[in-house]
Amino acid sequence: MAPKKIDIPSGNEKLLALAPQLLELLKGVNQVELENFTMEIGDLELFIPAFGSMPAQGASSAGPATPAPAKPTELFRESYKPLEFTYPGKIREVTLGATRAEGGSRSKTVTIGGATTPAYVDGLHLPPHLPVIALDVFDMNVSLPKVLRENVGDVMEDPAEWAKMNVKKFGADVITIHLMSTDPLFKDASPATAVKTVEEILQAVDVPIIVGGCGDPRKDADVFTAIAEMADGERLLLNSVTLDMAESKTLERVATAARDHDHILLAFTGLELNNAKELNRRLYKFIPPEQIVMDLTTVALGYGLEYSFTIHERARYAALMGDEELAHPVISAATNAWAAREAWMKMPAEYGSRELRGPVWETVNALTLLLAGMDLFLMMHPAAVLTLKDVIHRLGKPGSSKTDRIEDWVSVRL
Amino acid sequence: MSGTDMQVPKRKKSIREISPIDVYKSLPKTNCGECGEANCMAFATRLVNGELVLTDCPPILTDANSKSYAELSILLAPPVHAVQIGTGEYRMTIGGKYVLQRHEFTYHNPTPIALDVYDLMPEAELLERVRHIEEFSYNYIGRKLVLNAIAIRSCSNDSGTFGSAVRKIAEMSHYPLILCALDPEVMAAGLREVGERRPLIYAATKSTWKEMAELSLTYDAPLAVFAPGDLGLLRSLVKTLREYGVTDLVLDPGTFAEEGLSDTISNFTAIRAGACRNFDELFGYPLLGVPLTAWTGDEISEDVLKWREAITASMLLSRYADLLIMHSMDGWVLLPQLIWRFNLYTDPRKPVSVESGVKTFGRPGPDSPVLITTNYALTYFTVESDIKAANLDCYLIVVDTGGLSVESAVAGRYFTADSIANALKSCNVAALVSHTSLIIPGLAARLSGETEESTGWQILVGPKDSSGIPQFLREHWPPDRS
Repeated sequence: MAPKKIDIPSGNEKLLALAPQLLELLKGVNQVELENFTMEIGDLELFIPAFGSMPAQGASSAGPATPAPAKPTELFRESYKPLEFTYPGKIREVTLGATRAEGGSRSKTVTIGGATTPAYVDGLHLPPHLPVIALDVFDMNVSLPKVLRENVGDVMEDPAEWAKMNVKKFGADVITIHLMSTDPLFKDASPATAVKTVEEILQAVDVPIIVGGCGDPRKDADVFTAIAEMADGERLLLNSVTLDMAESKTLERVATAARDHDHILLAFTGLELNNAKELNRRLYKFIPPEQIVMDLTTVALGYGLEYSFTIHERARYAALMGDEELAHPVISAATNAWAAREAWMKMPAEYGSRELRGPVWETVNALTLLLAGMDLFLMMHPAAVLTLKDVIHRLGKPGSSKTDRIEDWVSVRL
Repeated sequence: MSGTDMQVPKRKKSIREISPIDVYKSLPKTNCGECGEANCMAFATRLVNGELVLTDCPPILTDANSKSYAELSILLAPPVHAVQIGTGEYRMTIGGKYVLQRHEFTYHNPTPIALDVYDLMPEAELLERVRHIEEFSYNYIGRKLVLNAIAIRSCSNDSGTFGSAVRKIAEMSHYPLILCALDPEVMAAGLREVGERRPLIYAATKSTWKEMAELSLTYDAPLAVFAPGDLGLLRSLVKTLREYGVTDLVLDPGTFAEEGLSDTISNFTAIRAGACRNFDELFGYPLLGVPLTAWTGDEISEDVLKWREAITASMLLSRYADLLIMHSMDGWVLLPQLIWRFNLYTDPRKPVSVESGVKTFGRPGPDSPVLITTNYALTYFTVESDIKAANLDCYLIVVDTGGLSVESAVAGRYFTADSIANALKSCNVAALVSHTSLIIPGLAARLSGETEESTGWQILVGPKDSSGIPQFLREHWPPDRS
């Protein structure tokens, strides 16, 4: 299938109009009195990997400049020509969702990937497809941080309504339906029930759908296979397939179902590029590489985000240098930011209210990985979503800096 | 990185291409041990790893070795010049970067964050703000994260007012200072007060470079170069100032937090890539980011301004800023920056685990609780700091999971019923306590059944976040034996 370009849904005016909305989002939550909550982390891809210490390095005494005998009286004229870096590799393009003409029922599809340089190294080589945002919907009442829950409280019992609200009110490009109820440790809902839930979501919204499993390699295989068959041709993104599935001998079944019914697989590994490559190699036996997206794991700010950041920088660079086993679009579960206690916990007043700390945590998590080359984000808080969209839009507008705006920042009265 | 360019002056060796032998050749080779290493080769190895600096070798600083010292200084100089602001124990070093991407080596000199004050602030307000800047801190896994410097802005554009404000602040605080005044006369008034403290002079511009250069030379103080949105001008100014004899420069290509964000990110990136990939000397200086400029727009809602400043700061930390000037004092704005800075500047080459075994907290007795966790350093330090904060008496077993957190160790089968049973045995926990109850992390809940079987111990599923341990113990300890 030929990847299609979608319109970026925002002009400058529209974004300016969003500013009051951001204000409202930030302000609206200020007045709510909150109690601590217990977070249901089961469905988040929380992963805490690694840690090191902060080195301090003294200054080198070798200065690059040598004083000239006579002081200049006029400004030297030095030119600047942007460096032109080219790379042999290219990230594959993957299209999520299919229209009726393409064998599905979506009215919008989303294509991700296609990068030919590291993300935002200059304003001239913008990604062919801008990063997109998927908003979460859960198929059962989960305990969420209150700051998140208050935006979705009215629809939490109704996944279809929740999905509609995410698209209409919060501008979701894609919807993720997390089938948490299928977890054998929770409700152990049947594949047939899961199929029904996904059908309802497909009917409720016309954007592409990501289907999230419960993490159990056998149960997910049963659920994904049944859904793949029901939603034949819809190009769902099945989240996710793992090396655990390979070990449980269920990977082939899921991969061939995705191939036969035209869906996309999300290959999930835990911050280990060799594992990511190995999982992809196993998948290549059953499904074309153009139907694979990677999740290398997103860790919360303060709990190892630097490992996510660095592994994505490494993966993207390796892919652009020609490693085809890593040349897949990548996604980030920015929602994992809420696993950090600094995001949800009540703290002394000097650290601000968690109504602002939480959303900013999710936003910083996402923005950091945006700079590492992310193609799709799984998100929850509307203010974080709005900010991501705004920043992605602004990063696509080179040459729009206005010097007079900042040249006198030194004397501005605040 | 492949590619072509027109601006390569000469090829310098990247830190990753320098071998210990390259360094060893120029060392004294006496194996005197004064550096604390076993021999010169060991010193050379740690030097190229960025763990030691050349001045850690006392003999190389003697006159007899001055030629070798000069050679090694050039060989080991980072492509981004290290610049010092302040003096004595309050001195801070910015820049000194060896690589573009963190994983290529490691980043040195964590980005100091300066908060602004201005010369028209009433004295009481000034005092309060300086106190706040100095006192703001956050305890992150046992490390104290703090703000680092004070930027004094001249809003008055009046020499007397600026000089008097600078004097007041210098009396209040030992923190490194950044003097911000675009008029050289006003700057001179500030420098007369604190010139000996080596403040950063902000800034030389297209129209004031000569006067500012003179001030920089007179006071031996580092000089920032401000050329918003114009890298050609920035290079021209740097070239000219170098010729003028100013060695310690800091580059500000302009921070545009809204319109122009694309230019900001690409300019910062172009400068750092030019320095680290192409060894472009005119770009080889620390980068100054000014998220404070988020406040210069038309937006009037303070929360939105703070929000913009927060996200701009975090992006600039990731995109090579070596020094930041900010305005918001709100904890929710600053906390993500302090933590992200700490994380970004950890050494990606260092082991990420702590030693396994049993750790003792407080004065545990035979009835005290026994908890278990993994040896991922951050997991361990988080649990440790929660136990200490609550003054608990308990034992904590640390299982070797290869440096993986609880959740990933469970998923990756490093934290299993068997590994828990082995840890209980190898730590001889049965000899420490008289009960057989073990508290496992909430994120390992699914192991509880199997673990009861493999250990014969009663398994209690603890909280998912270790901040809940004190409450858990209040409610569930001692446990009911069934």
